[in-house]
Amino acid sequence: MDDKLNIVTTFLHNIIVYNIPLLYGTVGEITIEKSGSLNLGVEGTMAVGAIFGYILGCYANSMVVGVLVAFLTAALCGLIFAVLTVTFQANQNITGLTITTFGLGVFFFVGNGVKAVSWPAMNNYANIQNGFADLAIPGLSNIPVLGEVLFDHNILVYLGIVIALVMWWYLKYTRTGLRLRSVGENPAAADSVGINVRRYKYLHICLGSGIMGIGGYYMGLNMNGSLSSSCWINGYGWIAVALVIFANWSPAFAMVGTVVFGFFNTLRVSGPSLAMAFPGPLGWLAGVPSQLYQALPFIITALVLIATSVKKSKNSGQPAALGLNYFREER
Amino acid sequence: MAEEYAVELRGITKTFGPVVANHNVNLNLRKGEILSLLGENGSGKTTLMNMLSGIYTPDSGTILVDGQPVTISSPQDAKRLGIGMVHQHFKLVDVFSAADNIWMGAQEAGFVLKKDRYRKIEEMTKKFGFDLDPRKQVCNMAVSEKQTLEIIKVLYYGAKVIILDEPTAVLTVQEIEKLFGVLRRMRDEGHSIIIITHKLNEVMDISDRVAILRKGEYITTVDTKDTNEQELTEWMVGHKIDLNIERPKMEKLKPLLEIRDLTIRSDEGNVAIDNVSFYIRGGEMLGVAGIAGCGQKELCEAIAGLRPIESGKMIHKGENIVGLSPKEILAKGISMSFIPEDRLGMGLAPSMSITDNMILKNYNDAKGPFVDRKAGREDAQRVIEELGVVTPSTETPVRRLSGGNVQKVLLGREIKAGPNVIVTAYPVRGLDIHSSYAIYNILNEQKKSGVGILFVGEDLDVMMALCDKILVLCHGKVMGVVHAHKTTKEELGLMMTGSLDLTHKYEDKPAGYAADSLFQEKGEEK
Repeated sequence: MDDKLNIVTTFLHNIIVYNIPLLYGTVGEITIEKSGSLNLGVEGTMAVGAIFGYILGCYANSMVVGVLVAFLTAALCGLIFAVLTVTFQANQNITGLTITTFGLGVFFFVGNGVKAVSWPAMNNYANIQNGFADLAIPGLSNIPVLGEVLFDHNILVYLGIVIALVMWWYLKYTRTGLRLRSVGENPAAADSVGINVRRYKYLHICLGSGIMGIGGYYMGLNMNGSLSSSCWINGYGWIAVALVIFANWSPAFAMVGTVVFGFFNTLRVSGPSLAMAFPGPLGWLAGVPSQLYQALPFIITALVLIATSVKKSKNSGQPAALGLNYFREER
Repeated sequence: MAEEYAVELRGITKTFGPVVANHNVNLNLRKGEILSLLGENGSGKTTLMNMLSGIYTPDSGTILVDGQPVTISSPQDAKRLGIGMVHQHFKLVDVFSAADNIWMGAQEAGFVLKKDRYRKIEEMTKKFGFDLDPRKQVCNMAVSEKQTLEIIKVLYYGAKVIILDEPTAVLTVQEIEKLFGVLRRMRDEGHSIIIITHKLNEVMDISDRVAILRKGEYITTVDTKDTNEQELTEWMVGHKIDLNIERPKMEKLKPLLEIRDLTIRSDEGNVAIDNVSFYIRGGEMLGVAGIAGCGQKELCEAIAGLRPIESGKMIHKGENIVGLSPKEILAKGISMSFIPEDRLGMGLAPSMSITDNMILKNYNDAKGPFVDRKAGREDAQRVIEELGVVTPSTETPVRRLSGGNVQKVLLGREIKAGPNVIVTAYPVRGLDIHSSYAIYNILNEQKKSGVGILFVGEDLDVMMALCDKILVLCHGKVMGVVHAHKTTKEELGLMMTGSLDLTHKYEDKPAGYAADSLFQEKGEEK
């Protein structure tokens, strides 16, 4: 019986461990979209943060350095996006897609180039390994099942949750957050009361991109830095774009979205062991092809999109000016 | 010593590419006065004011505030100099509360939003003598409330100079009176006010002085008490113009279009038109008055077959048209032209040429898979000549034309098809006197040839002069149908706000049913 309980606990634990990058990506994208910019470059931005954060973090043998580098390099991607769309008024969709292509290109270029010389393996860097080790919260982690599922994680999991909560508070309860939302809703109105629309867009595009970068770095660490033929990000950036809609542009709901999507993601990995442990009720899981699990997040996203567009809610968190460039002298 | 003005503009020039919006304009605003800025469409009024509010920066010229030369390169600069503008299209965030719309630009607001901002805004609202719930979301506000909020916002930021761009265009008579009261009080408290409006009676009513622009150039400034509407018009247009609107008298013809107990829902699922009955005869113009958003749009769309109806009947020459496709309704000779607030959103494809827009309506008549561009060009040419559209060529994208010309193209295309019923909503929306009269003439010509016209309008003076009868809507309900030459503006205003219901004035027959109806109940059919 304990064995079975363990399998369930591990499954639930993994939902969080493997999917927290989705939360970083989603919260980052919400930060950007609330300024009225639609950045489809999440995948590429995360990839850039991942590869630079990982390599430089290893060389410095410090996870803090890794996080900072991931944040800054990803923010740089955001800066490119901001320069192109805010200053030069380029189409946001195309610019975002370009950032994705660019970011993945950088990932493979840097990743494969450095690998040929000497690819840093995480095992060689004790500080990084220790930094990424699980950190049980005293007291709370002793609660049976729940303690291990929720309160025994590496520090970046906690950081992700803290960022999501802070972002939620920032958007809802601060004057800067209010101004940011006004920029995303109606930049002309914001401009007319003296809010510097450009500055707000630049700052939040870079900030949001940086947050995504940490999520990318996390994925590298979680994969032990092993570089196979595919990118570490593996489509998470795209799911994050969808999760923004699922979460109705709320960083708090992004946490719920992460868990829901993470559930199916993790089922793909844990399906067979769950089927083995509970042959009666869950035996059928063994027969489900893994490709279906991979498709599920996108199917759910499609369903959510349909549901939200059918029910035209007044309370939609979607910024009214999302995707539209603002030019004051337009007539 | 020269008089010190609140604001003085000297030699302001502003160009957009090849278009000269303002050329060497001089304007001054005295302290504590209301100045009307008058001019036709495209005369550069809004552009000029946008340079004061920091939206545009002038190419050349000097702006002086309180006698000091200043540079206004952003709305923030304008705010700092105490200049506030209430734009024609309100600059409000729909999903924010009234208080947050003010708070987002407030200087003294701390980092964390506190609940007491509602109280502060409310106190300030009371102080200026307004009535507005600071917690109400903008998207739930009526137009007049939004305007009030804009004015409070400007006052809250400490503006001494207040610019209002066509503030009366969206208000009812009573609301305009109230607004003018507010403006007078603000003037007496020492604010200097510039108001842009097309309506001459309002200019005479509210302003101390009038400044006139024509085609981007400054003409003159006069004291309101020394001038009259005729003189102002001549300055504005550049030549004499007859200000009387003609109302041709026609003999009574059979009802053409009869609407019975019609109920329609809006996009949001609310009842937009509630059990409405009326009829239009041939050679008759029926005006529809009502505050914006009282179901006018839904009614027009339903008649054109663009919107499903909930219940009721629509009879055209004795035939039911409910459920027919827009194309079939068009084939019966019912034409609909709706000019929405942005003036390009409906009926015409803005980036396509005049010719292409002509073809849009009758591409189906051509044989084979190709469009007949030659015929389309001829149609375009004819509309341009007959209605006097000012355009470089038939191939000019509609978007490039000025508002009046766009509306002429739209109306011209509808008339060309030879309709017997014309439904037209806001055909003179945003147009200057010159273009408006051209449109009235077009409609009157149609009326004389026996066409029935449903004229959804906003200017009561015009409707009382132009229409035969006026139907008043209030929240989708009919408040009554009155004879245009017998009613008064006050009566219409009361009906529009729902305070006066004249539907049961004639008890002998159900309101809105024609006595000589061509419509027969199913049971009566022989």
